[in-house]
Amino acid sequence: MTEIFTIALIFSTIRTATPLLLAALGGLYSERAGVINIALEGLMLAGAFTAAAVTHYTGSPWIGLLAGIGAGMFVAAIHAVACIRFNADQVVSGTAINILMTGVPAMLSGALFLSSGSTPQIPKDDLIPWTPVVLALLLVGVTWYVLYRTPYGLRLRAVGENPEAADAAGVNVNGVRYSAVLLSGALAAIGGAYLSIGQSSLFTRNMTSGRGFIALAALIFGKWRPVQTMLACLLFGFTEAISIQMQGVFKPWGEEIPVQFISIVPYVLTIVVLAGFIGLSRAPRALGIPYQKEK
Amino acid sequence: MKLLRELFFPLVAVLAAFVLGGIFVWIIGDNPFETYRLLIGSAFSWPDGIGYTLFYATPLIFTGLAVAVAFRCGLLNIGAEGQLYVAAFATAWVGIKFGGTVVDVFGTPVNYSWMTLPTIILLPLAILTAIVVGAVWGAIPGVLKARFGSHEVINTIMLNFIAIALVSYFTQYHFKQAGDPILQSVPVGAGVHLPRLGSFIPGLPERIPLNIAFLLALLACVLVYIFLWRTKWGYAIRATGANPTAAEYGGISTGKQIVLAMAVSGGLAGMVAINEVLGYRYRYYDGFSANYGFTGIAVALLGRNHPVGVLLSALLFGMLIRGGIFVDAFSGKVSKDLVEVLQAIVILFVACEALFRGSFGRFGLLKRSKV
Repeated sequence: MTEIFTIALIFSTIRTATPLLLAALGGLYSERAGVINIALEGLMLAGAFTAAAVTHYTGSPWIGLLAGIGAGMFVAAIHAVACIRFNADQVVSGTAINILMTGVPAMLSGALFLSSGSTPQIPKDDLIPWTPVVLALLLVGVTWYVLYRTPYGLRLRAVGENPEAADAAGVNVNGVRYSAVLLSGALAAIGGAYLSIGQSSLFTRNMTSGRGFIALAALIFGKWRPVQTMLACLLFGFTEAISIQMQGVFKPWGEEIPVQFISIVPYVLTIVVLAGFIGLSRAPRALGIPYQKEK
Repeated sequence: MKLLRELFFPLVAVLAAFVLGGIFVWIIGDNPFETYRLLIGSAFSWPDGIGYTLFYATPLIFTGLAVAVAFRCGLLNIGAEGQLYVAAFATAWVGIKFGGTVVDVFGTPVNYSWMTLPTIILLPLAILTAIVVGAVWGAIPGVLKARFGSHEVINTIMLNFIAIALVSYFTQYHFKQAGDPILQSVPVGAGVHLPRLGSFIPGLPERIPLNIAFLLALLACVLVYIFLWRTKWGYAIRATGANPTAAEYGGISTGKQIVLAMAVSGGLAGMVAINEVLGYRYRYYDGFSANYGFTGIAVALLGRNHPVGVLLSALLFGMLIRGGIFVDAFSGKVSKDLVEVLQAIVILFVACEALFRGSFGRFGLLKRSKV
């Protein structure tokens, strides 16, 4: 039992938690401002594909990362305009973004690299295996500070809890919401970029494989708060890391625990916490409700 | 006039999606007209084009209806994908355990059954299993919402992952034949195979997998219409969806309607299993759903959550799926992923209905009415 709890497992946990954490922090900005973001998966894919493709062409992961962030913000802008300007149902719009982002990278990689959905391999020297990890952990502190210690954070929370009151106090409700959704695009895209030019060395079709949704689960499990969300991401990262580590090693009753059982832990925990069994997880009050200024 | 209004937004949304998709095809360096000729043109040939279009439309009719029923209750069922997976596995389980001797992947006759039921009992039992298991899996988020107020969107997303992991586990560890390289269950008994329409319709070859499930899908459209607009349960569901507070004051228990709507929705999604397991693959096949559950959202939205609209938009998307295969095979640079892109743009445009109201509203057609 003890030999699997090693330093390697701790590092592995942090590495698997990083993309979740970046996406979850992105989701935190958007949702605390009142815009549901189930598009995290799609935003991650936008970042992952663009970062890998641009790194392949330029040979610089930094330009790749910036391009990925740009792509994430661009796609997030579609979500923002649909939800904020046109009052689209935020879940529906997010679903559309997710479908769009399985299709677009696949089409582009088909046209650019004549492949069925993946980018060419990037040389090992052009990868950024640790920067996003450090960045993600730093961003937890930054997000906490922004959220609770700056005027912008106050406005952000006000807009998500009580947009009418925020508006009456002179806050540009929709302006704050636009900025929050764009931020979520940028952060989720870094999380995606970490997958393609950090952990691995190319983009493959649907490489996020549900991480955007696990990030969303972590956000809910973390009650929409930065530090708790980080802990939730670490917990979910740990379940993933241990399921990789345990394969063929850990046999508590003579048989391995099937990997499927470990993979569903985050989802089951989210349902449980959302139902209020382990402390109530309360969403921002105005989450999902478009704000229309009275004329 | 009312019909015109109902048709107007969906048609504009589809048109806009095709224009944007065409620009995208042009940007990546291919000919949009040629691409669309492949995408749409291949659907109208008899028997292959029409046969396959209807076959691909069948699961989308079920999932489209599933999403539409939930929508009418004010719920967004993102969980059709999970519901159809558990239903498909359970249906295959019935076919395996009560289907009698089958021929395995190596050509040897094997018997996995506990007992062999005659077709007349087995087939209805398998169909019922698909519906009931889908309904139960769908009712879970309904109960969670009614009892604890937790959001059905999050719970259905989570239950999708749980469903897919669980059925994949059971297939891999308990129902896969040793040595089979594909992650699929052993076959179901021949008694539970649904006849293909090719065996009734002259000129339609039996190799086209279009089967009785398509007729069940048409029947489901009629039944959903009757359920929603001609029964007191449907009325209560729609009242809950339109205004839960008013419905509650009017003596309707909204919690019950939420559970009922989610169960009906899940049952409809589960019916995909009839087409897939009983009519096409004759076994459970891991990862068989080409995002039917999510495409169902597009189908329902485009069809304005009405059975007739769902049927029409399912046919459209069925056609695109069929055409996508041709685009993949014959187009230089464009892949069948174009279908997903078009689908996403359609959803976005339908969701942004205000977009059209704003710009077209001043031409008068839509100004007088709030659709």
